[in-house]
Amino acid sequence: MEIAELKENMYKLVESAMGKKKLKAGDIKKHYRNEGIAEDQVKEALKELVDEGRLIYTYFGGSYVEIPPK
Amino acid sequence: MPKKYDTPLLDELEKGPFPSFVTEIKKAAARTEMAAAELGVLERCYREKKTHWKHGGIVGVRGYGGGVIGRYSDVPEDFPEVAHFHTVRINSIAGFFYTSESLRTICDIWDKYGSGLTNLHGSTGDLVLLGTTTDKLEAIFAEYSSRGWDLGGSGSAMRTPSCCVGPARCEWSNIDTLDINYAVTQEFQDEMHRPAFPYKFKFKTVGCAVDCNASIARADCSIIGTWKGNIAVDQAEVANYAKAGMDIQAEIADLCPTQCITYAGGKLAIDDANCSRCMHCIAKMTKALKATGEKGASILIGSKAPFVVGATLSWVIVPFIKMEAPYTEFFALIRKMWEWWDEHGKNRERIGELIIRRGMREFLEYIGVDPVPQQVKEPRRDPFWFWTEDDLNQKPWEAYTK
Repeated sequence: MEIAELKENMYKLVESAMGKKKLKAGDIKKHYRNEGIAEDQVKEALKELVDEGRLIYTYFGGSYVEIPPK
Repeated sequence: MPKKYDTPLLDELEKGPFPSFVTEIKKAAARTEMAAAELGVLERCYREKKTHWKHGGIVGVRGYGGGVIGRYSDVPEDFPEVAHFHTVRINSIAGFFYTSESLRTICDIWDKYGSGLTNLHGSTGDLVLLGTTTDKLEAIFAEYSSRGWDLGGSGSAMRTPSCCVGPARCEWSNIDTLDINYAVTQEFQDEMHRPAFPYKFKFKTVGCAVDCNASIARADCSIIGTWKGNIAVDQAEVANYAKAGMDIQAEIADLCPTQCITYAGGKLAIDDANCSRCMHCIAKMTKALKATGEKGASILIGSKAPFVVGATLSWVIVPFIKMEAPYTEFFALIRKMWEWWDEHGKNRERIGELIIRRGMREFLEYIGVDPVPQQVKEPRRDPFWFWTEDDLNQKPWEAYTK
């Protein structure tokens, strides 16, 4: 999967989990590992999404990845 | 002029012989509204016997997942100046060697954007800035980073590593703690700023077993300098200690944890094969005793404050490893440990707790480290290693019985 496609897919994954389960970076990594995507690619896609401000890290007794509030 | 709050309970904490944080906050409160309101909130917390701070939520600056700890008052209507009172962690200098100019720069920026209150240093080792608002975070980060500073770690990430002063000021240091601390910081930037672990992970590096940074009690990974050679004994200096009034039998020989020291006829002798390198004798008889031979470090894993399974001390994993730049072997070992922890760790489970839960055997097998006697944490307890038939066919005990 191309990085751009992976980023969109990852954004949708986090978006669909909102309100149901807080995802940790490790959860995202495991999800894509099960789909056969290399860990480095997953890390890079997440890094880009966070650098762009489309995803943010939050802390609620542990660190999570979420969509920033509007 | 900042509002002045009555603080009869806090005032009690100014009495007595020790420095008082209340006195220091009061100094800041004379200049800033935030510090003054902080005193007001704190007095109310003491009076009502409950905290009025909440923490967590959205943290950090863009691109970072840590370094800022969101703190909010639950009584913002009464103390609007500290409705937000976020903590900023700055990655400290190895060994805490600051120039007065750099400290002045840090304080000037903090006076501009925050309460002016600082904490040098937090228990992890960060330079901690206490009390600012969300809208100022990006500006604070821009100002500090433009002067070469970076945020420290927070959340489920590698935390800011810290170390003792090491060879910069201490002749006992067996390793370059400052260089190791810096190398760990640089190597694991991603792990520090982008939280991806089950929970926090701390490195602390010390030059010897005196452990001036308390690494054995406070770090998930304790790097403790040690040596392989003998302890050199200067008998003339031993005689000087005795002449000066030291009871060498009681203070040195009897307190040796492995009883490997004998003192007879005014001569001190050490059975180095049975020495556990605890540093007690060297620290007491600095002029008479000195570590010699190959220098390196012991790597221990798993200490932490109470949480899931209570406080634990670190556990020896690698009794001796050369710790010289570029530290390739050490970094590879750490990455293997993290892989295992990532795979099996529950949310908020430290690596030491995972070892206790799943077993040292599985951990050692995964990271590729052989079991050795030094890993036995407590004598006369059940061994953690169970031999397979293949293991036994190789007669592993022969290496230790020759």
